[in-house]
Amino acid sequence: MNLHRLGAIVSKELRQLRRDRMTLGMVIGIPVLQLLLFGFAINMDVRRLPAAIADESATSASRAIVQDLLATEVIQQVATARTADELVELLRQGRISVGIAIPHDFERRRGEGRELIQVMVDGSDSVVQSAARQLAQLPILQAQTGGSQMAAPISVLSFYNPERRSPVNIVPGLIGVILTLTMVLFTSIAIVRERERGNMELLITTPVTSAELMIGKVLPYIGLGLIQTSVVLLLGVWIFAVPIRGSVLDVYLSALLLIAANLSLGLLISTQARTQFQAMQMTFFVFLPSILLSGFMFPFAGMPAFAQWIAQLLPLTHFIRLIRGVMLRGASLGELMPSVLALLVFTTIMMALAILKFRKRLD
Amino acid sequence: MSISGHGDASLAIRARGISRRFGSLLAVDRVDLDVPRAAVYGFLGPNGSGKSTTIRMLCGLLMPSAGTIEVLGLRVPEQAEQLKQRMGYMTQRFSLFEDLSIRENLNFMATVQGLDRTAARKRVAALIAQYHFGDRAGQLAGTLSGGQRQRLALACAVVHEPELLLLDEPTSAVDPESRRDFWEKLFDLADAGTTILVSSHYMDEAERCHRLAILDHGRLVADGTPAELSAALEGRALLVRSVAPRRLREIITADTGVVSVAQIGNELRVLTIPDYRGLAVLSAALRSIDAEAQVERVKPTLEDVFVAATQGRTPESRTPPQ
Ligand SMILES: Nc1ncnc2c1ncn2[C@@H]1O[C@H](COP(=O)(O)OP(=O)(O)O)[C@@H](O)[C@H]1O
Ligand SMILES: [Mg+2]
Repeated sequence: MNLHRLGAIVSKELRQLRRDRMTLGMVIGIPVLQLLLFGFAINMDVRRLPAAIADESATSASRAIVQDLLATEVIQQVATARTADELVELLRQGRISVGIAIPHDFERRRGEGRELIQVMVDGSDSVVQSAARQLAQLPILQAQTGGSQMAAPISVLSFYNPERRSPVNIVPGLIGVILTLTMVLFTSIAIVRERERGNMELLITTPVTSAELMIGKVLPYIGLGLIQTSVVLLLGVWIFAVPIRGSVLDVYLSALLLIAANLSLGLLISTQARTQFQAMQMTFFVFLPSILLSGFMFPFAGMPAFAQWIAQLLPLTHFIRLIRGVMLRGASLGELMPSVLALLVFTTIMMALAILKFRKRLD
Repeated sequence: MSISGHGDASLAIRARGISRRFGSLLAVDRVDLDVPRAAVYGFLGPNGSGKSTTIRMLCGLLMPSAGTIEVLGLRVPEQAEQLKQRMGYMTQRFSLFEDLSIRENLNFMATVQGLDRTAARKRVAALIAQYHFGDRAGQLAGTLSGGQRQRLALACAVVHEPELLLLDEPTSAVDPESRRDFWEKLFDLADAGTTILVSSHYMDEAERCHRLAILDHGRLVADGTPAELSAALEGRALLVRSVAPRRLREIITADTGVVSVAQIGNELRVLTIPDYRGLAVLSAALRSIDAEAQVERVKPTLEDVFVAATQGRTPESRTPPQ
């Protein structure tokens, strides 16, 4: 590794970037667009599900629970029922999606620490089902039971985002989604483009080594990735009041880990793709599962085992754990070591493969 | 000089039996090359004859399917990395960065070739002056004309003062005046001791090379000095003058002793097989159509050499008359 030559490649790359209006536009344009799209337009939270409540116990405590449930606005009372059987009937008719039954021996169960309330859901709609599951885990129900012996597992989502506001969940993950799309795409295309334009044939007849070429190529993109991270963070905090409960340094370190992972993946793609179009296709081949399986859109815990297994291989999955931990739960990177290590290992393997696969030859 | 297995220090390039296969296509077929040092060596051949493929094998960009290559005493492809510091390569297609300026391209190549900061600055300034870029050093390479691009590519290829230059059709998209300038630069370099291998399909350029190799369908079909090559065709070139060349052409083409006919104005340039004995018969046949027609033997040119080498291996394989 000759630092002189590495520097020449980095500064060449920076000059080219500065003259590439299109790429620079995308660096800022993509985060802003995605943030506004996900923040305002797409509401992935379920609200005002049609519901009925059958309070067979009719005590002051049960009435308090009903009030709390309605106050979450996850459900909205659209019909009345007196018994659990009537709820089942309403569900079957499709008039409600959620039925909540409070049994007549509610007070005694509370004393004994037994199951308090039954939440019946229209299981044919997975979104409703998961919403109802979260409903059952709301802290208010825990508080009402007055004891920890029957505490159902509290989902992080609802606990740290009791208002159930969508942007709070989405913005941290969105940093990862944007970095995954742009970083992989930019690097893979940047190198394939040099091959298409014939620059590569010239470069590989000089004493430049594969490592210098690859590392020099991606260093400038680290800067771009950090700019994108800042754009999303700033807009997220200003417009959507997303909290940063952990340290800002940890947020950037997490982003840096993901950027490195994605750049090395982009490099590997660039060694395999012959055309820019192929590079783009391969990028989306990784991007789609990242969005779907990483936990960005759907809860990781709810996925089947094989999907979880695939998700473990995706950098975005680990980043989402890191960034939600840092930003929403105020965790430090030290407490999230497994995800940090996963990203480091991913980067090392991809980088090694890319340098190994890159031949200073045309065949 | 470095110690090579064959020890011929007067050769810059020595290739034996190199072949290259792309799938079922044999693009280069058992080619032997001996390129002497400090010479301008021309590499001729029609499009697709394997010139670029051979040059790429010589600089270690492509693996030969068979054969051995030694360049500047180094085995290629095994020692290609060492070779890269001592040679310059100009690709057939413009391969510099179009979104960088002339100066930025030169600076980049200088640094990448290992010149330190002060050496690079001096060398780039010298090249900008020498290659007449003084008033436009800040212009983006993508906005240069064909001739300017090739000049820049040459300047970049020699930035580290290599012992050997491999130039792949450097003048194919360049106007005649720029071509002349370009060749002046090549001779300056050769005078300074640089070995130059240059592929081309221009005959006037071939004429200026110290030695030539002609490639056809991947095979080496002729090599030697221009004088040797033309001398080998002595007696096989005819010139026919007539007011009706098109009609005579049919008769000449029908003659089995004729390899090729080319029309230049009112003249027909004819290449015959070796030891052609039908001249008297042919002349008589031509005069029966145009009594004024004149037929004479002329000195063969490199054009004839090229035609003989690439079309006339056997009379059967010659291209049909257009
Ligand atoms: N990378 C490649 N893959 C397949 N065929 C190739 C490749 N490079 C060259 N060829 C073929 O090899 C032959 C020789 O090509 P080339 O060396 O470029 O000829 P020239 O430079 O003399 O025009 C051509 O038929 C060309 O199509
Ligand atoms: Mg060629």
